[in-house]
Order: sequence, then structure tokens, then C-alpha cells
Amino acid sequence: MSEPVLSVRNLTVAFPTRRATLTAVDGVSFDIGRGEVLGVVGESGAGKSLTGAAIIGLLEPPGRIVAGEVRLNGQRIDRLPPEEMRKVRGRHIGMVFQDPLTSLNPLYRIGDQIVETIRTHTGLSEEAARERAIALLQEAGIQGARARIDSYPHEFSGGMRQRVVLALALCAEPDLVIADEPTTALDVSIQAQIIALLKRLCRERGTAVMLITHDMGVIAETADRVAVMYAGRIAEIGPVRSVIKEPHHPYTRGLMGAIPSIAGTASRLVQIPGSMPRLAAIPPGCAFHPRCTLAFERCRRERPEPMPAGDCRVACWLVADKRAEASA
Amino acid sequence: MSEGVAAPLVEAKGLTRIFDVSKPWLNRIIEGERRAYLRAVTGISFDIGRRETLALVGESGSGKSTAARMVVGLLPPTAGTVTIDGIDMWAPASAAERQKLRRRLQMIFQDPYASLNPRWRVDRIIADPIKAFGLARDKAEIAHRVGELLTLVGLSPEDGAKYPHEFSGGQRQRICIARALSSNPEFLVCDEPTSALDVSVQAQILNLMRDLQDRLGLSYLFISHNLAVVRHMATRIGVMYLGRIVELAPSAELFAAPRHPYTRLLMDALPDLGMTGRPRRPIEGEIPNPIAPPPGCAFHPRCPWAFDRCKAEVPELLARDGRAVACHAVEAGRI
Repeated sequence: MSEPVLSVRNLTVAFPTRRATLTAVDGVSFDIGRGEVLGVVGESGAGKSLTGAAIIGLLEPPGRIVAGEVRLNGQRIDRLPPEEMRKVRGRHIGMVFQDPLTSLNPLYRIGDQIVETIRTHTGLSEEAARERAIALLQEAGIQGARARIDSYPHEFSGGMRQRVVLALALCAEPDLVIADEPTTALDVSIQAQIIALLKRLCRERGTAVMLITHDMGVIAETADRVAVMYAGRIAEIGPVRSVIKEPHHPYTRGLMGAIPSIAGTASRLVQIPGSMPRLAAIPPGCAFHPRCTLAFERCRRERPEPMPAGDCRVACWLVADKRAEASA
Repeated sequence: MSEGVAAPLVEAKGLTRIFDVSKPWLNRIIEGERRAYLRAVTGISFDIGRRETLALVGESGSGKSTAARMVVGLLPPTAGTVTIDGIDMWAPASAAERQKLRRRLQMIFQDPYASLNPRWRVDRIIADPIKAFGLARDKAEIAHRVGELLTLVGLSPEDGAKYPHEFSGGQRQRICIARALSSNPEFLVCDEPTSALDVSVQAQILNLMRDLQDRLGLSYLFISHNLAVVRHMATRIGVMYLGRIVELAPSAELFAAPRHPYTRLLMDALPDLGMTGRPRRPIEGEIPNPIAPPPGCAFHPRCPWAFDRCKAEVPELLARDGRAVACHAVEAGRI
């Protein structure tokens, strides 16, 4: 396999506070290849958005990367000075956030915002950039783009705004797009349109996508591989079909059973007792052990690292046990 | 439409709510604009039997929350009636009876952070309805009842001494449920009770709500935008679009064979967790502006089956074999 577009190794993000240092992302490693969609899924507080923010260098102080490295096309980007990082952002990494209103400046026409971004990163002339912006908006499914390019963000509906943000994220032809809950604020019928669009645009350009969401349905629909996060760590990572159909980690299994299905056969949903631990009180050993029905002595003492299981990597001592049994 | 011979607990007939969204008087004069009205809910009718869950599902702006607020008595309807156990919720004549009725219905809201007073301890929050309705004789009885309710929703009686900020979102929603149950209600209106929660916590709350229904014989009006959650909870489902119920059917039948084009497309647009490879077909276009809805059937600009009649005439909700659909194409047998 050729070199991955994004390679994250042992990424650790911490927030120093007066009482203690809180580790919000703890030793996360993954790769995303060209044209690949990696879904990052987890409940609130799992650290999925912070992982995205750390990669793009937009961590809010006092949060900072305390260990690990992030490489984009082989080049380290986690230690770049702010001015250098600003050039990487937008040119090489595009960003789509949950709320399209906050990613667009309400005082500028959308055309001006896209043209400015194109000109900053490519050095096209004003007219050429404008033509490019119109073509992009058209591609993003905005009908009559030529007439609408001089509208302000408030003149668009939520779904339309998210199309504009998508066009804005892609206008400098980045290698990687980080989409943080891009459809969460939208209705189902609009959500399907935006997901289809994101998939098509990235496939055509060979853009790598990191899709952060809490919605397993969106992941099943869109991603090639999925990383399940829990308490700042990756619990399970692998091809989306394997993770959804045959999850190995007890947390993933619980999570899949907890989702009501439209097939509607189960009379009761699988219930994971308790809730995600607070950052100040992450249990020792496996962070999931207090909620895990299968936990044993080792889980309480030792922290499991992701280890191979089928075509996935799973951070669970049960998997290690099974492998030991199989080889014995 | 409900099972059994007993009269339904809740009956809504022709419920309509119009909001005045006009600009101030001076602006209207200067800009030469007329008054503007928003029809949030237009003539919806349904009934809810005892121990039954009716769900209203729809996208944002479909009027489902407005309908819920009219049923529970928080918002007066512009037209139409709500009767609960034979008592009209909005007729002036039944004011005294209505006061007694209030104890028997309660509401659970979407945001458990906003619906609990942050300055009150949990036991005071839960005891409030008990005191307001005079359901206990003395302090000891109130304390006992609060402890019982906390245990019922899966918390411990000691949690009563804490403040709401000490709890997680799921636990707060449990407190809201305990408060709603403290007056021994028969009917709960739940407006997106799990939308603010994570999936694993959502599963806990949905399971709890079903257990409570079985144990206490509750009836629910369940409002949600999430079709899978609705499928899991409801006996019958009303699908709303732009203020109208477009299809009303038993849950299993609705999902097995949706009839209204909007319901069909909504099901097609759902993300497919089973990964069956079923192609997902997004619905074209967007929800129209409710201040100036399209004439005829409000769904016709997005509907692939629309014909001339749909553009001119509003389809009525017609009942046939236990389910009702408001669509000219279905009525004419075209789909």
C-alpha cells in the first residue's frame, strides 16, 4: 500500500488544570489512505472531536498535544509554527463543522468567502477564482449557482449552507477533509443528500476523509473503515462491515445493541450500565472495565493496547485470551 | 381505532394552531406589508387508548411539538378540541374538572438540563408536584414517596440530597421522569425525551420508559424525529409533514408497507445499519416555508408521484383497514 495521506501515531492531548492534568485523547493511532473514508464514532466525551481538532491544529488552549505525532503525506504537522500550520489548513486539510452557520461569516457574501479561500491557496485571478467557485457550488448541488453566489449565508437554508461549507472545504483541493458531525444539525431527508454529496465529491477527487460522528447509521452508510472511541482511546478499529456485523470489543457490541432498529424485532434494547467516566476519573486498566460484564482481573490492572482480531484491531484482553487459546 | 371497546383516553379533533408572525405595526405601515401567519398545525385528529403509545414523527417544522403542547394544555389551540377522559382541555366550562385532571397528565421535555431548577435539591424537585396536588399528609410521607420514586427510575434515595448539576444527562432525564411520575399520572407527553442523550444512555431511558408503562399502565404521546426510536416505542405512529398528519398507522404495518410518498421516501432516506446494500435514495428538495406553504398537498413539489390534483386540492386523511393516508395518488390507486 502506498503512503497514507494522514498518519497519526500515539496522539495524546492533555488539558492541564489546577488540580490535575486531564488526558482527553490518550495514545490514539490510525492511518487514512487516499480516497478512503475513516469514520470516528463515539459518545459525547469520547474525545473524537478533540482528535480532529488536534490533527488540524485547532486545539483550544490550555489543551495541547503532549505526545505522539501527526503526519500529512509523510511530513510532520503537529510541531509546525502557527503561521506554517495556517497554510496547511485550507490548502491541504479542509474542515466541515456541525453548524454551517458558524463556519460562514454572516457579513460576507458566500462567493467572496469562497473566492478569497481559492485565491489565498492557489493564486488564481479574481475572475478565474469566481468561475471556479461557481463550478464548485454547482457541483455541490446548488442550483442556479451563478445567481446565488452573491447571496449572504442567512439567505440559505441549513442544508444549502452545509453544501456551501462543503464547497468551501474542497475549494483548494485538499488532500484530507475532516468532517465533524456534518449532518447532525440536519433533518433526515437533508442528511441523506449531504452524505451522498460528501461521498461523491471525495471519491471523485481522491480526497481522504475523517468523518467524526455519533451516528452509527451515517458511518455504516459512508465509511470504509471505522474507529470506535471510548474515554479518549480507540476501543476497536477495522473495516466498517466487520465492526458493525461482528464487533469484538464488548463496548462496540453494547453500542450496536443499544441502537433501536427500524426492523424493530427486539423488545428490549441492550443496556450498558453506567455512563462514560469523567476525564478526572478514568479508571485504571481498561477504561471500560467498570461497565463491562465480561471484565476480569487483568482488565482492572493492565491497559490493553489495540491488538489484531480478524481484520480489526481491538483493545480488549478477551481478544488476547482468545488468541492465546487459538495458538495453544 | 385503539384496541378494546373502552373509549380512548385522549382524543384530539381538528386541532389547529396558527401563530401571528407579523412584523410590528409601524413596520407593516411603512413597508406596506400585510399580517403574516404561520400555520404550525392544521386540523389534526388522533386518539390514544389506555396503555397505548402514539408517536408523532416528523422533521423540524412539522408541528409535532406544537401538537404535544396543545394536548398537555401548555398552548391554547386556535381551533379544535382535546378531550382527556371525557373532559375538554380548553372549554371554559370544565375549568374545575380540568384542575383535577392536571394531576393525571405530565410532560417530559427534551433538555433535562433546562427542565430542572439548578438551585433546588433533587428531593425538593420531585416533591413539588406531591405538595402542589396535596398527595401526602406529612413530611415523612413525602420523603418516603420521593425515595420510592428515585428507586423506581433506577437512582438511589440518597441521590435526593444532591443538586441537578451533580448528575449526568441520562440521570437528569431519570429525575425528570421521577418528577413526572410523582403525581401518579396516567398519561405522559414526551417531547423528544432522548434526543439530547447518547445512544447507550438513550437505550437505558427507552427501556425504563417501557418498563414503567408495563408496571404503571401508562399511556404515552411520544414526539420524536427519530424513526428507529419511534419504531421501538410506539403502538401507532402518525407521520407529520408541514403541520398535517399525512399517514397514521400501527407501527409494524407502517414500517412493513409505508403508503404515503413522504413516509416511503423518509424510510428510504434512513441510514441502513444492516448494511444490506439497499440503495439509499435521498428525498429531493427541502421542507417548504410554513408561512407560504405550497397550495394543494404540501408535499407535492418534492413528490415523484404528484399529478395535477395534488397541486390544487388538499388531500384528506382517509381511513382504510385500520390505517389512514392523506394522498390523492394513494386514493386513486396510482401507488
